[in-house]
Amino acid sequence: MKEENYYQQLKGIVKPYLPEDVTVDDISPDSHFINELNINSANLVDIVLDVEDAFEITLENDDMDQMQTVNDAMAIIDKKRRSK
Amino acid sequence: MDVIKIIEKLPYAKPFLFVDNLSHIDSSGAAGSFCFQKDLDFYEGHFKQLPVTPGVILTECCAQIGLVCLGIFLLSETLETKTNDLAVAFSSSQMEFYLPVYPGETVYVSSEKLYFRFNKLKCKVKMHNAARELVCKGELAGMIKYSTHGA
Repeated sequence: MKEENYYQQLKGIVKPYLPEDVTVDDISPDSHFINELNINSANLVDIVLDVEDAFEITLENDDMDQMQTVNDAMAIIDKKRRSK
Repeated sequence: MDVIKIIEKLPYAKPFLFVDNLSHIDSSGAAGSFCFQKDLDFYEGHFKQLPVTPGVILTECCAQIGLVCLGIFLLSETLETKTNDLAVAFSSSQMEFYLPVYPGETVYVSSEKLYFRFNKLKCKVKMHNAARELVCKGELAGMIKYSTHGA
């Protein structure tokens, strides 16, 4: 259930950064932020900053490098939340 | 890192270098100036018979002084490997313009860091003229990093 909550919350965070030709319905857990959702690296940083605020966690450079897909993001959020 | 070294590391050259001097730099912001010489090419076409510095060039000047110079300074404070391959990309700009800048004027840019995370630097920037009047202000952001060879 928690996973589903993360997923819905994450979709809400990503939505404003999607380019015009990608809709929130195009997002799936396997979606690659840059290659599939066409989010640029500058906006991906903004998504990470919003994720930090929303989930009250802090991401490091390594986490950023690993955060390629929506699933990656959920795994990182889960790991950080557990270690809090 | 001192200001001379920072200007040397800028990835621009004439006719697209819009930094003459840096008067101050620290981890929270940068300040510098540029003189728009009367013989700059774009005055011939912007506008016909009425040379005025284009807003995009004022924005670029703000970005070079306020964002890129500051970014080079901030990168020098990290442990990141120091290659000479500085990679920069402008990612967003939101500017408002208040006064024209005519050929021969010197402008003064100052920036205030909003954040520098994961190689993205976002700043508030302001440009004043020699009379200390506000020329333009806004928020600029870009990506900046030293790339390893071939990457």
